[in-house]
Amino acid sequence: MEAIFYIAAIVAVLATVLTVTRLNPVHALLYLTVSLLAVAVVFYTLGAPFMAALEVVIYAGAIMVLFVFVVMLLNLGRHTVEIERSWLSPGAFVGPAILAAILVGEVSYLLARSGTLTPPVAEVSPHQVALSLYGPYLLGVELASFLLLGALVGAYHVGSRRAQGRTTVGSRSDRTGLASGGDLVRTGADRPSGAA
Amino acid sequence: MFALGLIGLLVRRNLLFILMAIEVMLNASGLAFVSAGARWGQADGQVMFLFILTVAAAEVAVGLALLLRLYHRFHSLDVDAASEMRG
Amino acid sequence: MFHLLWLVPAIPFAGAALLMIFGPRMAHRTAAWIGCCSIGISAVISMLIAWQFLHQPPAGGSYTQHLWTWMSVANFHLGISFYLDALSLIFMLVVTFVSFFIHVYSSEYMRGDEGFSRFFAYMNLFVASMLVLLLGSNLLLLYLGWEGVGVCSYLLIGFWYTDPKNGLAAQKAFITTRVGDTAMAVGLYLLFRQLGTLNIQSLMQAAQHQWPHGSVYATAAGLLLLGGACGKSAQLPLQTWLPDAMAGPTPTSALIHAATMVTAGVYLIARTHVLYSLAPTAQLAVAVVGAATLIAAGFAALVQDDIKRILAYSTVSQIGYMFLGLGVGAWTAAIFHFMTHAFFKALLFLASGMVITSMHHEQNIFKMGGLRKELPLAYWAFVIGGCSLAGLPLVTAGFYSKGLILWGALSSPVGSATLWFFGVIGVLMTSLYTFRLIFITFHGPCHHKPSQKTGWLMGVPVIVLMTLSVVGGFVELPSYLGNHPWFTNFLQSALPATAEGHAPLTELGAEGIVVLAFFLGLGAAWFFFLQRRELSESMAGSGLGRALHRWWYTDWGMDWLYDRLFVRPVGWFSRTNKKDAVDLIYTGTAAVTRSGWSSLRLTETGRVRWYATALVVGTVIFVLIVALL
Repeated sequence: MEAIFYIAAIVAVLATVLTVTRLNPVHALLYLTVSLLAVAVVFYTLGAPFMAALEVVIYAGAIMVLFVFVVMLLNLGRHTVEIERSWLSPGAFVGPAILAAILVGEVSYLLARSGTLTPPVAEVSPHQVALSLYGPYLLGVELASFLLLGALVGAYHVGSRRAQGRTTVGSRSDRTGLASGGDLVRTGADRPSGAA
Repeated sequence: MFALGLIGLLVRRNLLFILMAIEVMLNASGLAFVSAGARWGQADGQVMFLFILTVAAAEVAVGLALLLRLYHRFHSLDVDAASEMRG
Repeated sequence: MFHLLWLVPAIPFAGAALLMIFGPRMAHRTAAWIGCCSIGISAVISMLIAWQFLHQPPAGGSYTQHLWTWMSVANFHLGISFYLDALSLIFMLVVTFVSFFIHVYSSEYMRGDEGFSRFFAYMNLFVASMLVLLLGSNLLLLYLGWEGVGVCSYLLIGFWYTDPKNGLAAQKAFITTRVGDTAMAVGLYLLFRQLGTLNIQSLMQAAQHQWPHGSVYATAAGLLLLGGACGKSAQLPLQTWLPDAMAGPTPTSALIHAATMVTAGVYLIARTHVLYSLAPTAQLAVAVVGAATLIAAGFAALVQDDIKRILAYSTVSQIGYMFLGLGVGAWTAAIFHFMTHAFFKALLFLASGMVITSMHHEQNIFKMGGLRKELPLAYWAFVIGGCSLAGLPLVTAGFYSKGLILWGALSSPVGSATLWFFGVIGVLMTSLYTFRLIFITFHGPCHHKPSQKTGWLMGVPVIVLMTLSVVGGFVELPSYLGNHPWFTNFLQSALPATAEGHAPLTELGAEGIVVLAFFLGLGAAWFFFLQRRELSESMAGSGLGRALHRWWYTDWGMDWLYDRLFVRPVGWFSRTNKKDAVDLIYTGTAAVTRSGWSSLRLTETGRVRWYATALVVGTVIFVLIVALL
């Protein structure tokens, strides 16, 4: 069991690293899916089979499908890989990596200070989760439903063609921005990408 | 993994990758919750993971819709191009 | 019937609201109907209430109608409630009736004016506020009405707002009365602080129980309320606004600045008469203010050439009589004079409105003359109103009311021969300036031919008021004329009777001197302004005469004095303090904020990844802090 846990964890980390570094969005998406599936295995080994199932169904299923749809809609081809390459210089990784390293160091320090790390793995059954969810967390569930409804309406509104038409037709500056869109990409490419 | 997502967020200029990085970060925090729940045998961790799942779903829906609008407007997924809100 | 009391102010108010909302799209005829009918209904209801009051007087001589609670904080409870007793009943009747006739008159006078419905809206609002003032059972409600009539007065003086002069006159009236109102507000705080209530009746009882005779608090409160009354009733030293207030339409001058609003101060002092009985100093101040005002305004009226300004000064002077009456404890006499004054002064103003309309808005009496034949109705209205104002013996209302006040000034223990003497001089002056006005305007050679004839809508109110100016006095016959003090008896439930002290003269003898003064004035006016006009002109032309003329013409130079004393120093101060030292705090805050903004806006690059980096750096620092702690 423990071996499976470690293998899955290593797979998850590796897949995530690849997700972050890939240039082709479709490749990145595939690695992200692998990473999510690996995390699902980790969940199973941690004694949360229901969560593992949800991870597969919702994350690796539903959310990834959304991403795939968007990639399809945008019709990203070979030239995007070129643009990505120009954007993604190795030097750009330095700053974020330092920040992330500090954060990891801090968290590990805190974990080390808090005591033993080898836990007795106790299985938490879906039954317990459900009781807790509809008991003390009932309000949270209601809020979550509101959030989903809001996201639904918001996504519909933002994505709908009508709203698009209104804003682009509404002001003249929008049209000029649209016309010089290609220029924006090019000037964007010339900028130092390590600004962040 | 959270840190990896963080790096991704900061490094990439493509909005699609940024959204993916955010997914990674949310997933990582969900993993932290579940493992903590397993460590102390509490159901709360998994409940939190469910909430994070909800948030991620909502976030990705709105985020991708915004991404489509951005693409239609600028014909690019470069977030630095969308800097019209400069103060 | 008493339960209809709330309708009396409510109906005019509803009329005002209706006219304000729908006025601009309303036919003039409709507006006039709404304006007049609302006041008419209100007058009829007051009459019904008065009828019941006479036949089935309420228990204790007063009736309180509690409508709802206005505010209730800790120990402080105020209701919107109306209090009716003989005093407020008299005022209510006079106000509603005179207003009704003036509204009818205005419906013709204002015909064709652009702001026709606006005029009626303001007038209705005025009547409603005035009734709230009269009927309010607590001082705060009274104050509400008090300010309400002030606002309406402001709106109506500046009614023809396209002329900046009218706007300035309105501002002057508003600001000057504000001085008095501030004093009154301070008086209210004092009363509430000391006695813990603002309900007038409980206030009066508490004052009687808690404050000894001549107490400092009673004196202070009395003087402060007197300040408010002086502002509203245009008494010395705050009288300067009233003559300028004549910039408004003539019916306004008749209603607000002659018959009703300016007597609010009289009402206030009569309402709180207990305070003044407790504070002889304050009461003496009332009498002195009244006597001084009546003389000063009498002289000022003598040299004016604007027909409405003469009447305005005579109003100031007559209210001075009322104050004199209040100050000597002749409460009922003052209220009696208020009533007769409302009749004859409204009459005079309405008649002067007829003259002004006929003369194409010419108000200078020296450009008139010989109008007796042309405008017989106005002439007779002026004769009757003027005789009533000056106090033609036996047949006019003014004679009885003024005689009662003067007798009170002489005979009451608070009064004195000096006050009485001033009053008699006032009678002489009144008679002189009134007949000067009548002789110059209506007699002598005719300068202008009047053009327009006035219709019955203006005629009827004048005739009604003419009748009232004559018969209004017969409700109170003095002791030497059958002794039928019905008016005093009626007011007995609300106001104490005039105390009788010993007088150096008998009532008949004193009255004889008053009558003599009247005829002396009449004769002098006849001699100087009708028979030998050139004599008066040569007198006015001489060096001393010219100086006096100028001095009195400018109302004893009060405006000049105030200009030097208050307006210029304040103007100088505000000019030197243009940058406003106090504002430095606020402008400084703004400057700091602005510099903060300009430095912070540099961070607002609009680049999402920049924000994300900032977030991460913040998180790192935060976790670091947690880790180190």
